[in-house]
Amino acid sequence: MILIDKISKNFGSLSALNEVSLELKGGKSYALIGPNGSGKTTLIKSILGLVVPTSGNIQFEGKSIFNDWKYREKIGYMPQIGRYPENMRVGQLFEMMKHIRKDKIKTDEELMDAFKLYKIFDKRMHALSGGTRQKVSASLAFLFHAPVLILDEPTAGLDPVSVEILKEKIIREKRMGKLLIITSHILNDLDEIATEAVYLFEGRVQYDKSIAALKGETGESKLNRAIATLIRQRELLESVTDVEP
Amino acid sequence: MTRIIKYVFYDILRTRFIIFYTAFLLVCTFAFFQLDGDFGKVVLSLMNVVLMAVPLVCVVFSTIHFFNSYEFIELMLAQPVNRRVIFLSEYIAVASSLCLAYVVGVGFPFIIYGAWQPVSTLLITGIFLTLVFVSLAFFSSVLTRDKAKAIGIALLFWFYFSLIYDGILLWVIYTFSDYPLEKLTVTLIAFNPVDLARIIMLLQLDIAALMGYTGAFYKDFFGSSLGIVFSISLLMLWVLWPVIFSMRIFSKKDL
Repeated sequence: MILIDKISKNFGSLSALNEVSLELKGGKSYALIGPNGSGKTTLIKSILGLVVPTSGNIQFEGKSIFNDWKYREKIGYMPQIGRYPENMRVGQLFEMMKHIRKDKIKTDEELMDAFKLYKIFDKRMHALSGGTRQKVSASLAFLFHAPVLILDEPTAGLDPVSVEILKEKIIREKRMGKLLIITSHILNDLDEIATEAVYLFEGRVQYDKSIAALKGETGESKLNRAIATLIRQRELLESVTDVEP
Repeated sequence: MTRIIKYVFYDILRTRFIIFYTAFLLVCTFAFFQLDGDFGKVVLSLMNVVLMAVPLVCVVFSTIHFFNSYEFIELMLAQPVNRRVIFLSEYIAVASSLCLAYVVGVGFPFIIYGAWQPVSTLLITGIFLTLVFVSLAFFSSVLTRDKAKAIGIALLFWFYFSLIYDGILLWVIYTFSDYPLEKLTVTLIAFNPVDLARIIMLLQLDIAALMGYTGAFYKDFFGSSLGIVFSISLLMLWVLWPVIFSMRIFSKKDL
């Protein structure tokens, strides 16, 4: 569904992505894992067209996304840090988003109801706490029944009850055959949601297989242990290759 | 596009800045009418205010507005909306609200005093100046990510066209006063939208005769229908090039 072909992105002398190639297929759910600054958000923003790669190509359903914008109606995006017009009320924000995407008549307000957002509809955006803001971002991402969902750190800053609500929603969407791309540092959360693991390190894809395969290779039953083992193995390999030229 | 323009408009109205700006222009115009009954003199006094204040207000307001709506722009860019549409909507909403404030602020008192004829040139040139400086402000806004830097660049445009350029022009005329400079000055004036606006207005006021031979030459050139077409199309060019360039930059910008 989404084909990423050797994209690189440099911010000045800093290289955020280095010839990343990935194939993201419909119906699967991908966990993007990697340390801070490994290029996860840049990769997501490139798919959305918010960041223009220095080189390489991205295709969405066989069509290049550069100079295209229509494909974004098929993507629901939850940003890591949701930035919204600060003077707007929550209700107005939702109304505006619906108004701007008038073509979508049926909206999915399940999350809005579950998070009881209608209670804070007359609050202004700048008065919201970080967690409430996350709830607004999540509800907006699911609002338009998009077949592709990109969630950047969806559970960060949410209280335990809300995390469960969101996770259930994500699992339901996954069962409907949607393509999910999720980044998170809370690997236990990803264990339940994701089926594929993509490990990014310093702007390169280090690992791209199913989570089941990863667990099999490392002999661990939990994703967080499996990733830790994977990193340790790689480090060992690297130290070996460092000695022998 | 109209949907996005509507929301930008709504945002501009809420800051109340536009209302203060309209009130300021109204007070100015009424004050000049109180000072002098002669419409020609009122227009002349207003012209000096318009040439300095309008560009300044336009650059500062447009740059601040652009950076304050960064969140809105970011939000829209993740939606199925064309980048050019977002940029143009921002531009149209800002430019039209500033133009409207200007037309109401300056035009309204003239209607009350029943002097429609002398003010039409003032209105048209003022609108052009507004458009030119909003364009330049948007251009400086897309050049950098830093709000302070962008306002600095925008103010530099204003400073350059309102003060520095005239200084250079005067220096050239003074130094080479022994040579026939009419054609050269006309060419140099074409590179400054503020000077263009000033000359269009001055010629309408019939005070070109006071400026001696040079004034006569300007009247001969800018007063003719060809000259008016020439200066209006030059002003158009000043509106268009910053918009086109900044749209190019904006459509490839990382957010």
